[in-house]
Amino acid sequence: MTTKQPLSHLDWLEAEAIHILREVAGQCANPVLLFSGGKDSLCILRLAEKAFRPGRFPFPLMHIDTGHNYQEVVNFRDQRAAELGERLIVRSVEDSMKRGTVVLKTPDEPRNKHQSVTLLEAIEEFGFDCCIGGARRDEEKARAKERIMSFRDEFGQWDPKNQRPELWNLYNARVHKGENIRAFPISNWTEMDVWQYIEREKLELPSIYFAHQRDVVMRHGAIFPVNVPLTSGELINQPKAGEEVINMQVRFRTVGDVTCTAPVISDADDVSKIVVETATTTITERGATRLDDQTSEASMEQRKKEGYF
Amino acid sequence: MTTQHNDSLLRFMTCGSVDDGKSTLIGRLLYDTKTILADTLNNIERTSKKRGMEAVDLSLLTDGLQAEREQGITIDVAYRYFSTGTRKYIIADAPGHEQYTRNMVTAASTANLAIILIDARKGVLTQTRRHSYLAHLVGIPHIVVAVNKMDLVNYDQAVFDKIKADYTAFATEIGLAQARDIKFIPMSALNGDMLVDRLENLNWYQGETLLELLEAAPASNSEASEAFRFPVQFVCRPHDSANPDLHDFRGFMGRVESGEIAVGDAVTVLPNGYQSKVKAIQLGAEQLQRAQTEQSVTLLLEDEIDTSRGDMIVKTSQAPEAVKHIEAHVCWLSETPLSPARTYIVRHTTRESKAKIGSIQYKVDVNTLEQQATTDLKMNDIARVSFKLAQPLMVDSYDKNRATGAFIVIDESTNNTVGAGMIV
Repeated sequence: MTTKQPLSHLDWLEAEAIHILREVAGQCANPVLLFSGGKDSLCILRLAEKAFRPGRFPFPLMHIDTGHNYQEVVNFRDQRAAELGERLIVRSVEDSMKRGTVVLKTPDEPRNKHQSVTLLEAIEEFGFDCCIGGARRDEEKARAKERIMSFRDEFGQWDPKNQRPELWNLYNARVHKGENIRAFPISNWTEMDVWQYIEREKLELPSIYFAHQRDVVMRHGAIFPVNVPLTSGELINQPKAGEEVINMQVRFRTVGDVTCTAPVISDADDVSKIVVETATTTITERGATRLDDQTSEASMEQRKKEGYF
Repeated sequence: MTTQHNDSLLRFMTCGSVDDGKSTLIGRLLYDTKTILADTLNNIERTSKKRGMEAVDLSLLTDGLQAEREQGITIDVAYRYFSTGTRKYIIADAPGHEQYTRNMVTAASTANLAIILIDARKGVLTQTRRHSYLAHLVGIPHIVVAVNKMDLVNYDQAVFDKIKADYTAFATEIGLAQARDIKFIPMSALNGDMLVDRLENLNWYQGETLLELLEAAPASNSEASEAFRFPVQFVCRPHDSANPDLHDFRGFMGRVESGEIAVGDAVTVLPNGYQSKVKAIQLGAEQLQRAQTEQSVTLLLEDEIDTSRGDMIVKTSQAPEAVKHIEAHVCWLSETPLSPARTYIVRHTTRESKAKIGSIQYKVDVNTLEQQATTDLKMNDIARVSFKLAQPLMVDSYDKNRATGAFIVIDESTNNTVGAGMIV
């Protein structure tokens, strides 16, 4: 017997994620990696480098753009894809609106849930049989039951009562034409693991993850960013009458649609300070920041059933 | 504060029946390790009130799906996480309700330790025997028997000792005691005795708390088989690259399922039997001298060998058998019964083969552990089955190697995973 030193938890999580990415590449004919420029998908890009370099990635990157994204994040997305020399596909919710497949109830409604429509349209357009995503089981309780290779029918639906059992590290990504798999290589990671990995790998991130001054108002008990310039130059999230605009030092824990992602008060301006802050916070990542998950106890589950990743 | 990166990782599962306090135990572990954050706690406080409960029901933490909350039951395996200053934990939370066998086998397949809950008032029950048998079958190396609800028997040591003796007798009968490390611990998950904190009610118990046992259990990769097994997942040939140095690059990508490998080691590629030596080991841009169990790496060999996904690289001195016939314990997972007339797909490591059922020797009644004759398998059945394979598989027996002794059965018409196999 040799005395074996167990892998550190980050090495183990990394090895597992690489294994999952390679299973996708080995089993699926036409996969795609969903890449938003956010912290989870940036971790997956590094994992993909470790999984497939010196070769090219065996999949393109794709972003479903709500049109409501922070400029910094969109710029960062493009810059990172160019540095890696990998193909980036962008499909936008606004195009779905023009096609009439997405109809908004009100013009300033959060567009996160409408991403599902655009995503399913893109899956059909390119014939993707697998979408790799950065979701983690610790994010939300419906996700705790999510498989690593999660089956979606031809309408993109997730059926939580009828999931494929997943045993050992034997993944089953087989699908018939029109169906697809959502693969989650960092399922077993927590928010803390992500930050520790970013710290260890010295990953660059969009600036809005770090403490910065921003105009906000208090709305429904959350800090709400206002007067946010979009890539188009348009200013979104105008303060409502009677709301007091405060310039506050904040950072974002998650990055999503400008209309429903709230920042937290923070003076963490580098990764190691964020790691410390993550260790001491008393609010969950989504509880603090995602206004669209709080609509009902089951809102994430409902969106996933409808095809959300 | 958890800012260090050298924590190890332990995967464990909890098993127990409907009312023995499993969800409370998990809730308590998460709560006492400060994993539950304020807003989550507020949510379950609200739900507890809505259901007319006086205290916060920690078991609500683990019921994630709408149907589960509506019905107050747990439907499927869920995964939970917590960490201490020294270790990260992944809990596979298998429901104790119907579909128990299938869910338990699923949760057990990745676990290195099982907590088997016993209600102190009820002692060793049929379901305790069932859980123990399944934990044994799926090869979980460490068993913790948690005698829960000690608060309801006045923390009486005699009750604990009796259950310990009964369990040991039963575990010896099924061979579990001889093969595994079994620990016993009295506790009250409701009050928190002996989970994270010792408290004072169980002063007669001198052993470790549950968390101390978890902290001391070996991580999974330190216990895998010594034989080097490297199923090839993906072959990297970047010949279209602009960099001419890469034109001859041929990297075999995969995960070390067991054993270890070093640069210079003699290897054989199965099933074709080609031999070579390891020229380099890479993890991303990093060059390694050696790689160990559970590391995902890229191997470069000295000779140009035609190798593809599904092949297996092994040390020449420890080659496994390539076989076209296997005998296995199978847990049937699907509502559609196994039909001996049909052809299935067997997925073993990164290799797939069509398979026909040779015979079903017997199925096991998991309540009585009796062997019975049968001609088909229904969901949750456990049986000993032989398969005839179209392609050779490179196998070890499951008790020697959990990675190369396991396979899943896939139904080609639905693509569902319908069976789990452990090679005898």
